[in-house]
Formats: sequence, C-alpha cells, structure tokens
Amino acid sequence: MDLYEYQAKDLFAAHGVPVLPGSVADNPEDAKAIAAELGQRVVVKAQVKTGGRGKAGGVKLADDPQDTRTKAEAILGLDIKGHVVRRVLVTPASDIAEEYYFSFLLDRANRKFLAMASVEGGMDIEEVAATKPEALAKVLIDPIEGVDLAKANEIVAQAKFPEAIAGQAAEVVVKLWETFVSEDATLVEVNPLVRDPQDQIIALDGKVTLDDNASFRHPAHADLVDVAAEDPLEAAAKAKDLNYVKLDGQVGIIGNGAGLVMSTLDVVAYAGERHGGVKPANFLDIGGGASAEVMANGLEIILSDPDVRSVFVNVFGGITACDAVANGIVQAFKLLESRGEAVTRPIVVRLDGNNAEEGRRILTEAALPGLEQVDTMDNAADKAAALAAAGA
Amino acid sequence: MAIFLNENSKVIVQGMTGSEGTKHTKRMLKSGTNIVGGVNPRKAGTEADIDGTLVPVFGSVAEAMEKTGADVSVIFVPPKFAKDAVIEAIDAGIGLAVVITEGIPVHDSAYFWAHAVAKGNKTRIIGPNCPGVISPGKSNAGIIPADITGPGKIGLVSKSGTLTYQLMYELRDIGFSSAVGIGGDPVIGTTHIDALAAFQEDPETELIVMIGEIGGDAEERAAAYIKENVTKPVVGYVAGFTAPEGKTMGHAGAIVSGSAGTAAAKKEALEAAGVKVGKTPSETAALARAIVEAG
Repeated sequence: MDLYEYQAKDLFAAHGVPVLPGSVADNPEDAKAIAAELGQRVVVKAQVKTGGRGKAGGVKLADDPQDTRTKAEAILGLDIKGHVVRRVLVTPASDIAEEYYFSFLLDRANRKFLAMASVEGGMDIEEVAATKPEALAKVLIDPIEGVDLAKANEIVAQAKFPEAIAGQAAEVVVKLWETFVSEDATLVEVNPLVRDPQDQIIALDGKVTLDDNASFRHPAHADLVDVAAEDPLEAAAKAKDLNYVKLDGQVGIIGNGAGLVMSTLDVVAYAGERHGGVKPANFLDIGGGASAEVMANGLEIILSDPDVRSVFVNVFGGITACDAVANGIVQAFKLLESRGEAVTRPIVVRLDGNNAEEGRRILTEAALPGLEQVDTMDNAADKAAALAAAGA
Repeated sequence: MAIFLNENSKVIVQGMTGSEGTKHTKRMLKSGTNIVGGVNPRKAGTEADIDGTLVPVFGSVAEAMEKTGADVSVIFVPPKFAKDAVIEAIDAGIGLAVVITEGIPVHDSAYFWAHAVAKGNKTRIIGPNCPGVISPGKSNAGIIPADITGPGKIGLVSKSGTLTYQLMYELRDIGFSSAVGIGGDPVIGTTHIDALAAFQEDPETELIVMIGEIGGDAEERAAAYIKENVTKPVVGYVAGFTAPEGKTMGHAGAIVSGSAGTAAAKKEALEAAGVKVGKTPSETAALARAIVEAG
C-alpha cells in the first residue's frame, strides 16, 4: 500500500523524524482555517499517490489564509495523471538552504535493503541516477545488521553531505531506518530532505510503501487505507477476500493462480485484436484451493461491472478440483438468480487438470443459459473476445 | 538424475499437522515421496495418522534430521511463524528448505535469506510463496500435482504455480526431469539462474522451459546468464504483457514500476540471449515440442 505524503509524515513524526507541522483539508474553507492557525506563509500541497505534482500545478505557495483558500480551491479536484486531488496538505512554507535526497528500499536483485542518498535532492532522482550517477550514493544494508549510527554516518559520508549537518543527518537516517523496519515498509523516500538556514534537517516530503503481507502485525495500518479512493468493485472484492484488480476492458476474467490469470489477460488481449479491440476487464485470481463459494463471489463481482460483456473462466485444476469450480459456477448462477440478477451475459469456461472431466460433465448437465465450454485456453479466449465484441 | 530432489530425498514437513500441511503431506505420500517425519514441538513424540500412514512427529528440525537422516524440509507454517521456521531449518543445516507459505512479510524473507547467507548458504531455499519442486517418478516436495505428467527430458523453472501445471500438462507426453516453482515474491531463495545452472549440469535434462512474469529484473539477469553459461536449448514465456503500471497482479512481486519490470523488456532480453519466447503458454509448449522433435 502506498501512503499519501501526510500519512508518511505522520509515521515519520511517530518515529522521531523531523517534519513540519500541518494538517490536511478536503475543502478550501478548512484549508484557510489551517493556514490561520499556522499564522504564516504556507504551502498548499495536493495529496495524490503519484509524482510530478509540482509541474501539474498541485503545489502552491499562499501568503495568507484567504490566499490559502484560493489556492486550495484551485488544487482540489485537479486531475494529476489520472489521480483526482481530494485533499490538500497545508504546511508552513520553509526557507530552504539545501535540498538532499534519501531513501531506503528493497533491492530485489541483491535480496538486501538499499540506502540511496544524494546532495542533489529536490529533483527527479531517476534523472540524477541517469545523468550524474556519481552524485547518488548507494549502500547495501544487511537485513540482520540493519542501520546503526555508524552505518548511517557511512551512508551520509558516502553521499558527501556537508560536514556541518552530517551528524544530524545521520541521526535522521537512523530514525528513517527505524520507520522502515518497524512499520514493515518496502520504501521510505524523502525528497527533498532539507537543510534550513538554521541548519536544521527536515523531511519536507515523504513517500512510504507498506508491505500488505505484514498487516497482521500492524492493525493500525488498516486506518491508512483510503476507502473512498478505492475502486468500488475492488473494495467489494477485498471485502470478500478476492484478489481482484479492475481494468479497462470488456471481457471479465476469472482464473486460478496469479501467473495463469496474468497469462489469461494477455491471451484475451491478443484475441481481442482480432475482435474489434476488446480487452480484459479485470484481474481476478480465485487462488489455489478455490471453493464453490469463492467462485460464486468472484462471478458476482465481475458481473456487477457494467462494462463486462462476456466472462472467461479459465481454470487449470492443480490443487483446485475442477468439479468444485463447476459446482461454484452452478451455485453462482442460482445465487444471482435468487437476487433477481439472473446471468444474462455469456460465459466461456475452460477447465483442465484435476477432475476436469467431472467438472465438464457437471456444467454440461446443468445446461446453464449462455454458458459455453471451450477446450483450450487460446480457443476459449478467442470465443470470449468474439462474444464481447458481438455484445457491444 | 534430476535437480534439487531425487529418489533418495528424505523429506520432513514443518507445519504437517496444520490443515494445509496435512492435506499436502497426503498428496506427497501418495505420489511416492519418502516422508520421514513432521515437526511440531507441541506434538513431539506422537505419530500423525496421514490417511493410514503413521508419520512420526519431532520437536525440532534438528531432532528430525538426527533421527531420520532427513535432507529436505517442506514448510507450510503460517506467515506469522514462517521466519522462525525457516531459520530453524537453516540452523539445523538441512540441505533443502521448500517454503510453500504465501503472504510472508518481505522483511522476514529478507531476514531469513540473510541468515542463510551468514550460515554459509548450506541450505538451499526454494520460495517462499511457491509450489515447490517435483522430480516426477522420484519425489515431490510441495504442492505440484504429481499426476499431470511423468519423468522425461524437460526441465522447468517458473515463478508461477498454475503456469507450471499448464505447461507440464501441455507437454505431458514428453515428461519432465524436474519442475521447480521458485515463487512470485520480491525476495526468493532459489532464482531462475540457480535452476538454469542446475539443469545445465543435469544429464537427464535436454531442454529447459523458463516461465517468468512482470516485476523486478530476474528474467533479464537470467537472460544474461543463459547467454554466457547455458548451452542447452531454452524456451521462455513471460506473463503480464497487458498488466498496467502500478497495479500488483496477485503476486507481491508482480508489479510494473516505471519502465522497469515490463514483460516486453523481459521478452526482448531473453530473445537477445537466444531464447525462443512464446506469446502464449500453448505457443511456448509448441516451441518446446518442436525442439524436442527435431532432436
């Protein structure tokens, strides 16, 4: 889960990383009130989970509360790379002497963590890495040894942070490491980490990605989920423990296993090229040991997507038995019918593997309206794409 | 021959008495795996009745190894306790630890990997979040269905479980030396490269099928390795061409961030290394079949 800047800074503050005061507002009036309380020039910052806010007009200075109101009004509702701004952070405008860059992240290739630091902060760090790689210090962190003050000093020295603030920066680095580890983050990034004219080090921005797998030991992280910003179908799927991602197409997809479902999306997209450009409507992995109930829930979610014109159920029974999947489909039809939402869109099913013959027999006998069985993944994808194109 | 696992492998199961552990221990036994014990400190000294087979339960991995000569552990322990279970297997010095558990925090995986390295890499780790390894007709450590295909000359390595099964099914008449599911997490023990190196050395393996997916740059690194070190033919497949940026596709590691981790980049790197890459699983199987038939 990616966090908003204000959430990241709240975590920073909780771990002793210096940040500026401030609050978020979802309307101009509240923004004005926050500015009045701060009693100084402020920055109004769009809260979106994407980069390039500044260039998109999502960060503006405001001289007084009234001006803050105006600026917040201009920023709220902006569309920044497909992310609509629903909140702004109002925080004191700080005087900046120097801007640095700092991050901790997972280094997949080395199976360790990586600290990255640079005195060329404030700008796009990928550009620094490409154009001035010598200005970006990269230090591998052993997950067992972690980062103590000595290690932090080493990182700061390698990045050539000025001597006057190096000690203080190292202390901040240790606190960022504590944030990274104790919150189970996979990314903690501060850009810029600033030095103000009084030589104070402050995290002026913050980007944090939390590991969803670790949520069992962080009950508080549930509060950081922005429920309102979630796609309603994704939220409904999550409530039913389904691994669902909404996409832009017309062919609903249900499969078992992340790899097979990703592959199904590809095969459907290729087939769609032959059928008027239809595309997969979603990713939905019903998992290794999918039960009839899971199947029914999945079908229900997909059919509640109005863009879906056909559905492709692609299952290779490894541990999942195909007869259970077939029973799930039959049950889903009954369930939806009982709710007055009878299945009217065509469904193409491919079953192979564990108990496939029994699964196929169940579906043939049930003779569900609009359901068709096709014998290979490629042929079934083609059929589902053709049906979606015809249903336009 | 085969890789990582053979007819002499003695297998224990950590988490055998849990529901997943019991279910899959049954399946492993049924497919002929030599299961010599389970580990559960609370049930140490008892015997678990797995479909009529009595399997002794030991208090620790070390005890199980000492009493049975076990050299493989399959781990079904829930995410909360998985880190400790893997560390226990490493400390006991077992040769192979297959971590099936899904949903382990990446800080935990990174930690136990670092622990394995600190202990001199004596324990090969496969996974986490993987289906395990099967050497058909010899042994099966994990959850890969044993009835899809039999022994043969293809070696397979994959991030994805169900794509492994799909390809095994499509090439079931040819058969497999070993199939290794390495898992789709951001931090994994055995990599594509490790499996490629082992298949290159395995006399039984004549052709290697490598399945990748979006996220990270493991496939690109594997391509570079193939170019330099693998003389056997390799056929590849990459899932996730149509995955949008920034959306995690089921596996914790399957996410395209920026320009990195795309399927197109992986396919290009593999093809530049002389790997034939299929557009779909069926096309990939057809490419592999053509190579086998050409001898």
